[in-house]
Amino acid sequence: MLVAILAITALATVFGLLLGYSAQRFHVEGDPIADQVEALLPQTQCGQCGYPGCKPYAEAIVKEDEAINKCVPGGEATMLAIADLLGREPMALAEDAEKPKAVAVIDEQECIGCTLCLQACPVDAIVGAAKQLHSVIASECTGCELCLKPCPVECIHMVPIEEEVTHWKWPYPVRESLADAA
Amino acid sequence: MHSARIRTQLRRPLWRFHGGLHIPDEKGLSRNACIQDAKLPKQLILPLQQHIGAAAKPLVQVGEQVYTGQKIAEAQGYVSAPVHASSSGTVVAIEKHPIPHPSGLSAPCICIETDGKDTWGERPPELLDYRNLDPSEIRARIRWAGVVGMGGAAFPTSVKLNPGSDQNIHTLIVNGAECEPYITCDDRLMREQAGRILQGVRILRYLLDVKRCLIGVEDNKPEALEALRLALAESDLKGHTEIVSIPTLYPSGGEKQLIKILTGKEVPSHGIPAQIGIVCQNVGTVAAIADAVLEGKPLISRIVTLTGRGIAQPQNFSVRIGTPFSDLLEQAGGLRSEGAKLIIGGPMMGFVIQDPRVPVTKATNCLLALTPEESPDPDPPRPCIRCGACMAVCPMNLLPQQLYWYARAKDLDKVQDYHLFDCIECGCCALVCPSHIPLVHYYRYAKTESWAREQEKRKAEHARRRHEAKEARLAKLEAERKAKLRKKKAALAKQGTGAAEDPKKAAIEAAKRRVAEKKAARAKQGVVPKNTRNLNPAQQRQIEAAEARRQPMRSETQRERE
Ligand code: SF4
Ligand code: SF4
Ligand code: SF4
Ligand code: SF4
Ligand code: SF4
Repeated sequence: MLVAILAITALATVFGLLLGYSAQRFHVEGDPIADQVEALLPQTQCGQCGYPGCKPYAEAIVKEDEAINKCVPGGEATMLAIADLLGREPMALAEDAEKPKAVAVIDEQECIGCTLCLQACPVDAIVGAAKQLHSVIASECTGCELCLKPCPVECIHMVPIEEEVTHWKWPYPVRESLADAA
Repeated sequence: MHSARIRTQLRRPLWRFHGGLHIPDEKGLSRNACIQDAKLPKQLILPLQQHIGAAAKPLVQVGEQVYTGQKIAEAQGYVSAPVHASSSGTVVAIEKHPIPHPSGLSAPCICIETDGKDTWGERPPELLDYRNLDPSEIRARIRWAGVVGMGGAAFPTSVKLNPGSDQNIHTLIVNGAECEPYITCDDRLMREQAGRILQGVRILRYLLDVKRCLIGVEDNKPEALEALRLALAESDLKGHTEIVSIPTLYPSGGEKQLIKILTGKEVPSHGIPAQIGIVCQNVGTVAAIADAVLEGKPLISRIVTLTGRGIAQPQNFSVRIGTPFSDLLEQAGGLRSEGAKLIIGGPMMGFVIQDPRVPVTKATNCLLALTPEESPDPDPPRPCIRCGACMAVCPMNLLPQQLYWYARAKDLDKVQDYHLFDCIECGCCALVCPSHIPLVHYYRYAKTESWAREQEKRKAEHARRRHEAKEARLAKLEAERKAKLRKKKAALAKQGTGAAEDPKKAAIEAAKRRVAEKKAARAKQGVVPKNTRNLNPAQQRQIEAAEARRQPMRSETQRERE
């Protein structure tokens, strides 16, 4: 009996030490679950969720139990993906209308080259230098609108991306509502 | 008994694919109408993308004169195809124009105003002795001719004919099944131009170095079978080419279904026929290959069926690519009734169009005008009762009700677990569903949505990397700035000036001192700046203007300092 107790105690100690050691030795920076949530966010860095970027929002979801429906660019798809990952209940979107995709365009007649927009863009989608005309690289722009406010002459506008055959999606069948009603 | 007859006649066993449906073939409306040359339209509209892959890049400019067969747009990348002028005339526009697509959207097209002369441009040589050429040279010719799968898939043919040396291709299957109801363009082609098809077969046999070739035709086209057999009897292909009559069962013309029927083999899920040693081509494509190789003719025309009870005189036309469907409708006597539904392709797999001015493309085989009686609006859908009827008819052996369930819930991962991308959108499941659920619409939605998500994911990943790069760059700049500051501070502290707590101020003070010292030194030598004395009013104004210009710059540098 005593032997058994001793053996178990010894084992517990060994494993305890091992666990303690590995927790220190193999410590990972950050929270892997938050990283997984971040991977689902659209990386627009627009702050419309109320956080300064996608990463802080992902951390808030995981650590502070923040609602999962706040990412506006991500829309329903992102909300569902997070719900799926974390096993949470899907919820209605905070804003029901998903915005059409758009890119920023600088009015070249008016730009005074103040570089403020360039500093605001989270993904370096604006090129230019002091006192030069600035312009947006459309293919890099995520449409986050963060450059609009800083511009002193309000010469940046969001232009919706034209629908192309190659990007066209079959719409979700609408007649389903009838089936639900029936 | 039926299949037994086939077996004895051809000594070839046939297999059966899972599911499928017997549906009224409706081919009687147009099957006896000979191929007519459609009139040259006033304007040709040639979409830059008529194929799967990258859109072609225009080689001509607005105002340029072009000739029949001239290449006017170049393939971009490997999976792509060029576009040729289908008649001579002047390029009047390169702009967006409605194209035959379920979205009804417009896409870039080259518009040619025809001159009616149909003058051919320069043609490449006829490769009559192709047997002395390397297969890659023949493929290059087919690629030059812009040949794509004409059965509807529009995949660039030269790519399909290059399965890679690691695939041992032993069988060529030529698809003459034409299983969709109403459509008769392949039937007419086989009946009227069987020789052209066999010439294409001969080229492909050499190109692919295959042992045998099977031409599969549904048994509701006895004349086509007969014409092919006659042509075969006269040719030197008898030993290794077989014309096979297969039982009429929708969708036997699906590539994977036809392979199963003729060889008993299954193409692996997500796979292509080349993996099991088979290459499959539509009869129209094979004929176009013959034109390209033997006559140096690019793909500039095709056969199109105009049918349905909404059309006055159902017809089969030989049409220049780029001809607006509205022109063809006129030549077929116009619409019988106003309320007809216009469909590109067949009633099972086609899509509705609103604007009949869309052009004929390389892959459009049929325009249907269906009366409300022929194609009544579907009843409102009801909930799925899990009857399993859809599963029983699915030729891909999928579970349509599960696919529907997850597509409806927008669960795009789960729906792919049930092999969404194996679905060929044949429409059998939706046709038999007693609850009238638009099943195929759900699958199309789920497919395009999955592609879009995939793309968005890649874009988000790209944006995240750029964002991180920017953060890193800013952090580095900040660190450098701090390091500089520290250095300056240290330097100033060494000099022991009292203003060490504000290095910037100290630096300015030091600079001022240096200037003052210099000035003093110069003054001692009697050197004073002379250019600011005795100014005339004009010079004074200039100086003031310069000062005014500098002012905002100064305030900005001030701001930057802050
Ligand atoms: S709203 Fe979405 S995209 Fe914008 S910062 Fe928040 S998580 Fe990122
Ligand atoms: S250009 Fe403007 S809208 Fe586009 S990513 Fe940069 S800040 Fe956002
Ligand atoms: S913020 Fe406005 S004015 Fe300044 S550089 Fe950008 S676009 Fe030009
Ligand atoms: S449409 Fe797709 S799921 Fe439905 S029967 Fe055809 S292959 Fe099967
Ligand atoms: S046929 Fe319709 S009702 Fe029957 S199981 Fe399939 S989807 Fe459900």
